[in-house]
Amino acid sequence: MICERDILKLLDSVKDPELPVLSILDLGIVRSVERISMENGEGRWRIVVTPTYSGCPAMDMISMQIRMAMYAAGMTDFEIVTRLSPAWTTDWMTESGKAKLKAYGIAPPHRTGDQTPVECPHCGSTHTQCLSEFGSTACKALYRCEDCREPFDHFKCH
Amino acid sequence: MSLSNYLLHLADNALILGHRNSEWCGHGPVLEQDIAITNISLDLIGQSRYLYQYAASITGHGASEDSLAYLRDARSYLNLLMLELPKRDWGFTILRQYLFSEFQLLQYEALQRSADVQLAGIAEKALKETSYHRRWSSEWVIRLGDGTDESHERMQDSLVRIWPYTGELFMPAIFEQEMVATGIGVDPSSFKEEWMSKTKAVFEEATLMVPEEGWSQKGGKEGRHTEHLGYILAEMQFLQRTYPGQEW
Ligand SMILES: [Zn+2]
Repeated sequence: MICERDILKLLDSVKDPELPVLSILDLGIVRSVERISMENGEGRWRIVVTPTYSGCPAMDMISMQIRMAMYAAGMTDFEIVTRLSPAWTTDWMTESGKAKLKAYGIAPPHRTGDQTPVECPHCGSTHTQCLSEFGSTACKALYRCEDCREPFDHFKCH
Repeated sequence: MSLSNYLLHLADNALILGHRNSEWCGHGPVLEQDIAITNISLDLIGQSRYLYQYAASITGHGASEDSLAYLRDARSYLNLLMLELPKRDWGFTILRQYLFSEFQLLQYEALQRSADVQLAGIAEKALKETSYHRRWSSEWVIRLGDGTDESHERMQDSLVRIWPYTGELFMPAIFEQEMVATGIGVDPSSFKEEWMSKTKAVFEEATLMVPEEGWSQKGGKEGRHTEHLGYILAEMQFLQRTYPGQEW
């Protein structure tokens, strides 16, 4: 008998195509997984996801990867629903997700409202400067460390 | 009918400005800013997709986000005229983005309380990214306005050029009035004063002179456009018009 936990485990194998160290569970974009019953009495899985940014080109790719992961596990009775509200926030990123980002060289997001300076993922210094609000993707800003002089991406608080 | 027009109006605004801004991709003044304006384009086009998808679901007759974007003629587009004007120089692009972001921010803020739950959700989602757009573009307006003699002059010239197109933002179209009556839409004239005082503060810091309020260009919300929209659509729609139903 397949349970919600099995589906979540499957979804944890789906990575953000732009940040392959993070799974979609780490990102906090999977809002719920539930078994729903349809009118004909049969059941199906409903996977509810929320986009990070409206224009994030990775979202279509992520939907496709969820589909592929489910098919690969022999499951065809499911639907993927996009929900916009409440809007995604980086506060939904898991602590292990943040640790993975840091190890990958990207400064993880603070909790919203936390004004402490962004920490350099290379040397740990908080002597850092924002070079550009927009980094290589919509979710990142470009920073530079004043101590080790290395540039780095910061996953913006959103 | 008026809900779908209302959604199309909001979607067309986002798509047309997103398309205009995307013309900078690979041509920005410096790489960082090229990336910034391209990200803003993506956000805007993403917002338009949610709105077109919703519009398509209530239009029926096999409509889709693609048919709404690629198969409507200029006369059916309901975007603001300001957004279809050519991108001109970086200063003009930034200034237009700023004026529109400040407007969109107030509009989405109010739409979060729309009686239509789906529209309220789209607004809530878009609001966050729009506040980035506003901040980024206002910083550039100040930097260029209060910059060198040349940048100041170009910004002032852009402001004079675009100003006659700002009046249209606050003139409610029939579909807007109808949507206000049902609690779904918002009346843009209700936040004109707030928009004026916010933009005025930024222009003061940018040492730019706000032109006198005068005659306004209008018609975009009724489908009467400048010649520029036709060129945008010709480029954007070419593939689907020539090879109907083509997919990547
Ligand atoms: Zn460092």
